[in-house]
This record gives sequence, structure tokens and C-alpha cells, in this order.
Amino acid sequence: MPKLTIDGQEIEVEQGATVLQACEEAGAEIPRFCYHERLSIAGNCRMCLVEMERSPKPIASCAMPAGDGMVIHTNTPEVKKAREGVMEFLLINHPLDCPICDQGGECDLQDQSMAYGTGGSRYEENKRAVKEKHMGPLIKTEMTRCIHCTRCIRFATEVAGVEELGAIGRGEHMEITTYLEKSMTSELSGNVIDLCPVGALTSKPYAFTARSWELEKTESIDVQDALGSNIRVDARGPEVMRFLPRLNEDVNQEWISDKTRFAYDGLRKRRLDQPYVRRDGKLQPASWNEAFAAIAEKASGLDGSRMAAIAGDLADAESMMALKDLMTALGSANTECRQDGAALDASVRASYLFNSTIAGIDEADALLIVGSNPRLEAPVLNARIRQRWLAGGFKAGVIGEQVDLTYRYDYLGAGAETLDEVVKGSHSFSDVLREAEKPMIILGMGALARPDGAAILKLAQDIAVFYGMVSSDWNGFNVLHTAAARVAGLDLGFVPGEGGRDMDGILSGVEGGDIDLLYLLHADEFDTDRTKNAFVIYQGSHGDAGVKHADVILPGAAYTEKDATWINTEGRVQLGRRAVFPPGDAREDWTILRALSDVLGKKLAYDNLGQLRARMLEAAPHLTAVDSVEPAAWNDFGEAGELDSAPFRSAVQDHYLTNPIARASEILAECAEIGVSDSEGTGTDG
Amino acid sequence: MTAENVVQPDSFEFTPESLELAKMHIAKYPEARQASAVMPLLDIAQRQHGGWLPDAAIRYVSDMLDMPYIRVFEVATFYTMYNLKPVGKHFIEVCTTTPCWLRGSDDVLAACKKTLGIGPGETTEDGEFTVVEVECLGACVNAPMLQYDDDYYEDLDAESTTRILNALKSGEKPKPGPQNDRHTSDPLGGPTTLKETA
Repeated sequence: MPKLTIDGQEIEVEQGATVLQACEEAGAEIPRFCYHERLSIAGNCRMCLVEMERSPKPIASCAMPAGDGMVIHTNTPEVKKAREGVMEFLLINHPLDCPICDQGGECDLQDQSMAYGTGGSRYEENKRAVKEKHMGPLIKTEMTRCIHCTRCIRFATEVAGVEELGAIGRGEHMEITTYLEKSMTSELSGNVIDLCPVGALTSKPYAFTARSWELEKTESIDVQDALGSNIRVDARGPEVMRFLPRLNEDVNQEWISDKTRFAYDGLRKRRLDQPYVRRDGKLQPASWNEAFAAIAEKASGLDGSRMAAIAGDLADAESMMALKDLMTALGSANTECRQDGAALDASVRASYLFNSTIAGIDEADALLIVGSNPRLEAPVLNARIRQRWLAGGFKAGVIGEQVDLTYRYDYLGAGAETLDEVVKGSHSFSDVLREAEKPMIILGMGALARPDGAAILKLAQDIAVFYGMVSSDWNGFNVLHTAAARVAGLDLGFVPGEGGRDMDGILSGVEGGDIDLLYLLHADEFDTDRTKNAFVIYQGSHGDAGVKHADVILPGAAYTEKDATWINTEGRVQLGRRAVFPPGDAREDWTILRALSDVLGKKLAYDNLGQLRARMLEAAPHLTAVDSVEPAAWNDFGEAGELDSAPFRSAVQDHYLTNPIARASEILAECAEIGVSDSEGTGTDG
Repeated sequence: MTAENVVQPDSFEFTPESLELAKMHIAKYPEARQASAVMPLLDIAQRQHGGWLPDAAIRYVSDMLDMPYIRVFEVATFYTMYNLKPVGKHFIEVCTTTPCWLRGSDDVLAACKKTLGIGPGETTEDGEFTVVEVECLGACVNAPMLQYDDDYYEDLDAESTTRILNALKSGEKPKPGPQNDRHTSDPLGGPTTLKETA
């Protein structure tokens, strides 16, 4: 390991580290534009110059490997002068339009010019101007501001896996663009906005709506997919203005998907902001008391077995706990959180988790994807698989849909038959799994949410056992969920109790007249037309599919409007925090249930969030471990049975339209319209 | 960087001869490294397509080499020798870098203007001639010079330039090389040393 001296301080760094990394470790701050920890090294901005003894000129620290015995100075007058020179060149063609630039206030160039910029310019020629480029509905370009750091190109090529960005022309005429100005076709394209150190690439929907310093920042958790990406919610007054990623090496690193980033305008539209009660066949505005009274009237004298509750994909753990307790108190075992009918076994925790953890992907050396399209179901996780694939010594196989996953894989087959072959060890991919040291399987909802789901779960378990995917220090059996609420629902036991009805049982019960009262908690992703016959209570944030046949609507809170617990697909417990208040009369979800329980005479035993969380710990003790993953014990699960020959189909087909918030978002609607295929974008229609 | 108002052909395909040439270049590189052949292939495409590269040709080469379009487009826009818009039948490249300029490249350009009526970067209305300024072509010892086709015309002045252009106009191809009595890059008037051959 090389030992070097930085500003008089001796430091030992790992083999292969750069001088810049060594400086960081020694506590010396190095300015940079092109260097980024997660991208390849370009070394073209020259801002990170430092002085190295016995070198005739300053060196670019980002591109210089740390060597034994190097003596580096980062704070000499020569270094400052060199960086000032670089800054002067960078500013030659950079417009002085910070007052009208969206990056203003959070701009690397602006910040660093405070330290290394001179007050005036010696440049007297005309600055160059570059035409705007079209990059799709999400990214606004102002290419005159571009300093050619090429971070966006490297991100698209390396992380997103879509080689669509490039630098054309040369020298002073170099320009960053997509080929013939087509939209970027990545689900991660929004990250180039964060990566751009200047205001060349900014968010198109966010343009000119707020300044960074007037935003209130709240650290929270995303619910657009089951990954639980760590986000920062930026709000101004009652409105969420944007979402940004937060760094979490174990979950989303520092990326978020476009869906996560741009769902915010869906929080303002189609909101339920007051209770409604159906009178004379029409939903009419009502007060909370009237709404509760209507429910109490219907529920009084009704046997528990004639009631049912369904928790949807966006339900938080607290409200599911409260609803579960309420249903139990009412004597009903008909609770269900698996809206899609997925054959998940709530009794064995290891059977429904992404057991290897997301960070575990980095260690895996073989991967079998079954009935999932991770690129659409969890784009950030897919980027992690790609990252692993790029590192080499990794093979992936897919059973299901044959789509572009941004990495190479062996296509094994379309459905359960191929899975059966793999279990028997007769498939050609079997050798790959057999020889792998840390093989993993990713089982998607596309394979489980079908009539033979339980049998497929069993087959998947057999594969895990047969190929040694489960050992004392490695568990490669992974379920990739598509719903943010799902794992919490299973953890808290929001599944049919003794003699209770499952999803299909509830719906056919409603149709057959056996269920009279149905409680929908943020539940929209199923055929709600089947609920016509029952008295339906819908509690949720948006007027979507769930309210269609509702008799009482109770306005709840969206994920940015409540302090709530979310458990991601790995079983990681994370706390979302309230950034803004729910609109109008809407309330945090658990408080609605608590108030309703009082009216129904089955008062829930908690008066505040603390008490409710204590109750949750009783039901699921592992929830204490916030921000970490509690390993789940391995056990038998699944049920052997008849296999269906139908091919697996990913549970997510309309990536941008999977939940009520996304469907209310105009930005995402535009993305959905363009689709992953691409649009006929031109430079003028942006 | 793509020229605007250029009528792009819908499709492009190598002729059998071009294809054979392309395969020869691709075969020079190891398996899965065929992208290395991108520059010769673009050149073949440009020669086949009347001296310029339409978008369709760029895509055709990309597909042939299994490269993303943008990567090939980057190459095509980086090198000035690839023309991204149509050029005249006769493509005249006049060097105006310092040695040629000192030795009278202004006269060469003036002769072009006088004979053809076009300045650098322009094409005659009949589409016969295009004149462009280029940077050093490495023939400084015979400055000033111009390139036509794959040949250098050297030691030019206004008179010899006019003669060459007129010859091209009438369909002849003048003899390349020095246009005065100099032999290759020998000193003017013949060698001054090593006169005796063994």
C-alpha cells in the first residue's frame, strides 16, 4: 500500500487509489468538476491540480495514481495560481447568467469560482454560444453553460447503460448531445441533472419554479417502487417542489429513477382533500363526522366475517397495523395486502425478502432472473446489476420476457417449463449456477402473481437449495417486489387470518354477497369493478380506481405528508418523514383509523405515533432495527403443484403509471407516452 | 453539428466492392474489437457516396460494427476530413496553415476565387467544385499546396493554380506533385549535396 505525504501529513492509502482520493483522506479538499467517484476518470477539467515534489508542473490529482513516497502540496500559492488559471479558462466561454440559471445556489462552478475565480475577466472576444439540445421531457439544456466535463456522457454509458449521449465536434466546437437530438431512453436519465456541475443540464419540469435556498429540505423515503430509495423532499410552503436522491450505499447509492424524481406533480393533482359520502347514488362532500357515522351505521350489527380490508401498494406500515387491529377487533380475519394475488408466504420471512440485500449484488457471481424485468420494476437496482456485470466474472440468465436490461444475459426461456428444467439441473445454464460461489435468484411478481404462483415459489426454493444459494453466510434467494407497502404488510401479518379470505376470496365474496363491507386502504391496483356489490370505504390520497365504487371516501396522506415506516424489498426498515401537510381536510392515515375505531366502539389502544410503533414492535420485533436489514431464517415454503404453461410477464408494463400518484403526474404521463421506445423529438419541440 | 438544410438520403448500403474492402479492414482487428475499423469504413462510405457522409451511412457503419450511433457520429464530427454535407464533384482542399500562408496560400485562394467564383467553404452553383481551407497537410517543404482527390499539388502560385483548376474543369487530371521544375522535395534548381550517385 503506497504511503505518501500530503501537506506534511503522512498517509497510507489503498493500492490503486488516486492522489485526489489520498488528499480527501488526508482531509485536504480538492476542487473538481469532471471527477466523480462512481464514474470512470476523465481528467479533462484540470481543476484538481496539485503540486507534486520533483514534478516540473502541477499534476491532475484525479488521474494520478498514488505512489509510494509522493510528496503532495495542496495549499501552496502555486497550486492556487494554477487553479485560478484553469478557472479563468473555464469561465471564458461560460455565460454570466447565474441570476437566471436554475443551478444558481447549488452550482459547483459558482461555488468554486468564489475560491478560485478572479473578480474580472481579461477576455475581450465574443463568448461562444451553443444551441440548446433536445434530450426529452425531463432534461432542460442550456449548452452554452456546458464546461465539457463529460460526466453526463460517462453516466449514460457506464451506469445507465444507454450509449446515447456523446460529444460531437472538437475543440471550441465540441458539443454534448444525443444522437440527432433524440430523447434519452433511460429510466435513470434524471441523474444527469444532479451530475452536471453547472447549469447546462437542469430539470425541465422544475425550471424556474423555485430557488434552492427557499426550499425546506426533509429527508425521506421513496415509494414509487419497492426499493425504498433514500430521497430528499424539497418543499416550499405547502408544495413539494422536487425530489433529490440521498446517499445510501446499501440501497440506491446516489441514484434515483426518473419515476421517483418526477412524481412530485402527481402529489398536487387529483387529490382527495375532504371526506365524501355516497347519497342517492352520488358522492357528495361530507364532514368527517358524517363520513364516520355512515360507516358506523353500516357496520353496526354486521358480523366480522362479512367485512374485509385490502391494503394497497402505497399503504404505510402504521396504517396497516391500525387497520389490521381494527379488523381484528371487529372480528374479521379477511385482511389482505397482496392486491395482485401474488403467492407470497407471510409465515416464512425469508420467502418474501431480497435476502442477499441489494448491496449483496456486488458479491454475486451468477444471477437467475425469473419473471421479472428489473429495469422497469426497480431501475436503480438494475443499474446495480449492470455495475456488477461490468466488473466482470458475472453471468446472468433470464426466464421471462426477453428485453434490453442494459447488460448481457443468457435467455433461457419464457415460462415455468424452463424453470423446471433448471430445477432438474438439465438446462445449459445449470452449470453456471452450479459452478458459481455466490449464485442468486431474483424472483419477480410476474412469476408469483399467477394461479400457479405457489408452485413456482416452491420451484424457486428448490433451485435455491439445489444450487447452494443458501448457506450460513450467503442467502441468494431474492424476491423483487413492485409495491412499497408489500413487505411491511407481510411483516405485520396483513394477510388472511384463521379462516380468512384472500384477495380472490374477498372479491368473489363481494360478488357473491358474502362480504358487505370492504375497506380499501390506498388500494387501487386491482379490478375495482368487482367491488360493486359491497359498501366500500376508500381511504387514500388520490381519486383513482379505488374511489370508483366507493360509498365513503376518507382523505388520507401521500408519502410526503406523513411520518411513516416503510420496509423495502430487502426487509430494510426505513422512516419516511413528513415534508408538508396533507391538503385540506386530509389526515395522516393512522389517525383516521384511530378516530374511526372510536366511532365504531372498538377504540384502538394507541393515542400517538410512539404508542402505535410500540404496538408494531410487538407484532414484528425486527422493526426495531431501523435502517438495517435483519437476516431472515430459512425455512420451507411454497407448495408443489400444477404448472401453467403461460409465459412469465413482468408485473410492470407501464413503468410510469404503476400507482395513483404516478398516474396523476403529468410529467410521468408524458414519459409514458414517449415510452422506452423513443420519440420523434426535434430541437424545436422542447 | 449536422449541417442543416441538407437533403439526407433515406438509406445507404455498401456496394459489393466497398463491402469487400470494409471486410478487409474489419478482419485486421481481433474478434469483438471490430469498432477499431470505424475510420476506414467511414472513409469507404464517404468515397462511395460522392465525397460526403449522410446520416444513413453513419448508421449503416454503426450497425455493421455493432456500435451505438452516437459513438460513430462523434468520430465523424471530430475529424474534419469527413464531410457531413454534400460537396462538389471536385473537392479542393487548400492548406492555409502558417508555412503555406507565408509562401503565398492567399494567392492560391485568390486564384480559386477568380477561376471558380467561390471562396473557402463554398460550392459552385453547378455543384462541380468545392473549395475548403484545411490545416497543415504536412507538405510544408513544398508550400503552398492543395489537395485534390488523394493527390498533392505543390509549389503553387496563382498561375499554376488557375491552370490546374482549368484542367479539372475540362475533365483532365493534371499531373500531381510540384508545379514548378522541382523534383519532389529537392532544393530548387536541383540537389546541392550528395550529387554523385554511387
